Amino acid sequence: MWQIFHKLGSPKWFFGIATRLMPWLLAGALALLAVGLVWGLAFAPKDYLQGNSYRIIFIHVPSAFLAQSVYIMMATAGVVTLVWRMKLADVFVKAVAPVGLVLTFLALFTGAVWGKPTWGTWWIWDARLTSMLILLFLYGGAIALDRAINDEKSAARAVAVLVLVGVVNIPIIKYSVEWWNTLHQPATFKLTEKPSMPAEMWVPLLLSVLGLYLLFGWLACLRMQTEILAREQRTRWVKEHVLARRAG
Amino acid sequence: MNAETRPLIKPQESAVSTVAAMRAVFSRDMKVAFRQRQDLLNPLLFFVMVVTLFPLGVSPEVSFLREAGAGILWVAALLSVLLSLDHLFRHDFDDGTLEQLVLQPQPLFLLVLAKTLAHWVLTGLPLVLLAPVLGVMVHLDGNSIAVLCLTLLIGTPVLSLIGAIGAALTLGLRSAGVLLSLLIIPLYIPVLIFGTGTVAAATEGAPVGAYVALMGAFLVLAITLAPFAAAAALKISLSNS
Repeated sequence: MWQIFHKLGSPKWFFGIATRLMPWLLAGALALLAVGLVWGLAFAPKDYLQGNSYRIIFIHVPSAFLAQSVYIMMATAGVVTLVWRMKLADVFVKAVAPVGLVLTFLALFTGAVWGKPTWGTWWIWDARLTSMLILLFLYGGAIALDRAINDEKSAARAVAVLVLVGVVNIPIIKYSVEWWNTLHQPATFKLTEKPSMPAEMWVPLLLSVLGLYLLFGWLACLRMQTEILAREQRTRWVKEHVLARRAG
Repeated sequence: MNAETRPLIKPQESAVSTVAAMRAVFSRDMKVAFRQRQDLLNPLLFFVMVVTLFPLGVSPEVSFLREAGAGILWVAALLSVLLSLDHLFRHDFDDGTLEQLVLQPQPLFLLVLAKTLAHWVLTGLPLVLLAPVLGVMVHLDGNSIAVLCLTLLIGTPVLSLIGAIGAALTLGLRSAGVLLSLLIIPLYIPVLIFGTGTVAAATEGAPVGAYVALMGAFLVLAITLAPFAAAAALKISLSNS
């Protein structure tokens, strides 16, 4: 078990694994997203109240879902960075923070587009919208701090502290803004309950969520590989890898 | 000589107790601050000026000010704490005092707590004392002003404590001031919401006990957790330079 742990810390080992994993992740992501989105956008039944405009849910919910879990993943990696000083955790946090930012923005943007026909306004200072906006700020802060510190190791550890402080704050922020104002409908999926929509709606939604997770996995691998190449550029295996790529 | 007869080497016990060290850090910070009195006055002037901007910029109507007054005062206090945070570790960082602090045998997070407490006494507390005057100027009634001061009294230490984390993280970076605001403002939001929410409840005549209790919970949480994060951040920033 510990051997796997040590191997996981080795960028070279991860690089190889990621290369083998990435085609599968991409293929799975494209297949699931294609089925989920085409089914959801074209074939799922209309909503009796919102008509066709509800279909943006098939993009909105997956990105909102992922935007939040990416932050949790970053915090987990942050603990690994601070406790075990594992290089890969540093690379992961740095690689996925911009992805999380984009997903949060996507969730906010699709939410605004959805809000216009259903609520009659682009933006409302509602609890869940506001907490997503704050999540966007938290991502922005983490990225800004990372860019401001030149030393890689210090940057990773400082960002880890910041993300952990943020993660302690997320429930507080969530509940305080919820107490403050609520208009948004409650969460679509709950682990403990059966979804309230018909299966023709939630099955494609679930497929798109899973598809986006796989796409995120692929993106994370790709970005981590790039980051590893940049960080390890002086090592022999990177030179050999680059030469082999050039020859092949 | 066998092992039993050899004198045991005890780890050198620190001559100064932790509490004494905290007290020393606190009184040193107070002394240093009072030698540069203008620095103490600046956040207060800033506080007053920001509050002044709202009647000028939005509306001097009594009805508007009465409704928005608590929010204006809270936002102004938040910004002025934010502005003063840069001083929390900066001078000690520049002249090397901070490194000595990290090297002390006493736990760093307690020394950081003492420093943060000094920061609050020097910036947060004067804001609380000044708030009633500004409260009258924005036409809040007596009861609301009392509640506002109470929320500021509980809330500003939370601002100082959370801010200490940001100040420690951005120590020695270029454009640290702006970065500090970016990192810390999102974390200040719950305090702001509950601070102004309490005053709003008081203005409507609703009981405020629950809100005040929640703010007290924030304070307890911040006192217990923030010094650890700030101490960890300080060590990272010092190893960085």
